[in-house]
Amino acid sequence: MPGDTVPAAPAIERLGDGALLLRFGDHIDATVNRRVHACAQALRACAPPWLLDLTPAYASLAVHVDVACIDRDDPLSVVQRWLEDRLAMAACAGAATSTAVFEIPVLYGGDGGPDLASVAARAGIETDAAIALHSAAAYTVAMLGFAPGFPYLLGLDPRLHTARHATPRARIAAGSVGIGGAQTGIYPAAGPGGWQIIGRTPLRLFDATRQPPALLAPGQCVRFVAIDADTFTARDEHTR
Amino acid sequence: MSLAILAPGMLTTVQDAGRHDVRALGVGVGGAVDAYSYTVANRLVGNPATAAALEITWTGPTLRLRRAARIALCGADIDARANGIALPGWRSIDLPADCTLTLGPCRRGARAYLAIDGGIDVPPVLGSRSTDLRGGFGGYEGRPLRAGDTLALAPTRLPKPVRRIAIAPWWIDHEPDLFFTDSIAVRVLSGHAATAPIDALLSAEFAVSAASNRQGLRLHGPPLRLADPRQHLSEPVVPGTIQLPPDGQPIVLLADAQTVGGYARIGHAIAADLPRLAQRRTGQRVRFILVDAAHAARADAAQRARLGKAALAIGAAHLAAERGLPSFPQASGPHHRQ
Repeated sequence: MPGDTVPAAPAIERLGDGALLLRFGDHIDATVNRRVHACAQALRACAPPWLLDLTPAYASLAVHVDVACIDRDDPLSVVQRWLEDRLAMAACAGAATSTAVFEIPVLYGGDGGPDLASVAARAGIETDAAIALHSAAAYTVAMLGFAPGFPYLLGLDPRLHTARHATPRARIAAGSVGIGGAQTGIYPAAGPGGWQIIGRTPLRLFDATRQPPALLAPGQCVRFVAIDADTFTARDEHTR
Repeated sequence: MSLAILAPGMLTTVQDAGRHDVRALGVGVGGAVDAYSYTVANRLVGNPATAAALEITWTGPTLRLRRAARIALCGADIDARANGIALPGWRSIDLPADCTLTLGPCRRGARAYLAIDGGIDVPPVLGSRSTDLRGGFGGYEGRPLRAGDTLALAPTRLPKPVRRIAIAPWWIDHEPDLFFTDSIAVRVLSGHAATAPIDALLSAEFAVSAASNRQGLRLHGPPLRLADPRQHLSEPVVPGTIQLPPDGQPIVLLADAQTVGGYARIGHAIAADLPRLAQRRTGQRVRFILVDAAHAARADAAQRARLGKAALAIGAAHLAAERGLPSFPQASGPHHRQ
């Protein structure tokens, strides 16, 4: 972090009558995202009795409150004061993130990556160069959301930034690797989706019966590794 | 001891009170969309408030109950028969073994809840028995029920054998928690101030679109325009969040709300009014009234208090019936047949 300035405490607003939203910033930024996850970790460690759940996102954190256990006219104001006291002290500065890189094999292009050619064409580069750019970067898992286990990844090369499809596809295969604007991510399960699909991983991103259910965790460092069709078949977890 | 599905109805799923601690994985809360009716149904059969029940959408299934059971149907007013005998809603009903339960269309409301004593015994996944349709897990094989499915039931704790169909002479009054009238008012809290056209939301009346589902109630009305139409960074959303996509037609998120969303949040329906939203049918209307946080908290506490009183009264009435004493009406329900 540049200098030794203590980051400002997050702004707190209400998310309906059962949650508060802590906003640490208003854009996609790795430092802000680290503060989100550090704050989530700190709150989990405190485990106040009213804490139901936490939703960490890019630059904000929802604190879900069991309002039934606070016997006041306005239970959320009690929680807000509690949070303000603690956040002013700690300000959730750093986060101990793992430096280990998790490798995700991807079969780029072909049937599993129907948008690879158009993403490359828009960037004015060959498809091989687009693959090289996508697999060269080190990404950080900013959050899991949209669908169970769907990772939003930070760190996409600006040349690959591509707008979503105007009309979402009705069905995208499980494991599809996509680009949505400045983000890249992986669809854990088959379903509709509007991102540009450039490849497919044979890994299963989410399995509710597995421990832990999600393959990736927020804050984790990720890299994509290009594989061929035979390797995909050998490692395919979707058909098992 | 089991429950056989002879015909599935339009969309019948196993649901409970949902998953409340796995949002960081991208898994939403889920569970019964109308949590009020679901809870009352469980209480009527003597279950804990979080036992798994069936959520029935629009048109009900045909089922065979292999064991004697105490059941209750709450939520939508559904055409229901056991071996041909009409069953009323919001009551405790005892059925002998091998009854065929034929559930027809919902006459008022959109979702009915069938609770069976002991609860539906499917394995919990991520701490809940509810079906996550998007994730394809939980409930019965992660999907809506089909003809030929057999669901296990937890053992009954009925005090004595059931020889004939017995319908309790008292019932639970669902007002003021549910209204099935054509137009309802829903109380909202303001959303993210910078983008909220809350005045436009409050001055219009909206019709429920056919594209609504467990994830959200899609509304149709005069298009609302955002003060600041920029794309938003994805932020957490909750059941009750009113989202405004670029087409200007609001969506009120329900139980299967995703964990984060990029659309503008223009308000939040209060928790106490989610059950009545869950019961809206296509074409029915919704108006919004702005309230403050203290009002929302009072409404929520009052609803919880009514549920608590109903549970106590139901317990007392069951106990009286077991001991052969007459049950009698009480101020907070159950209500006695006049």
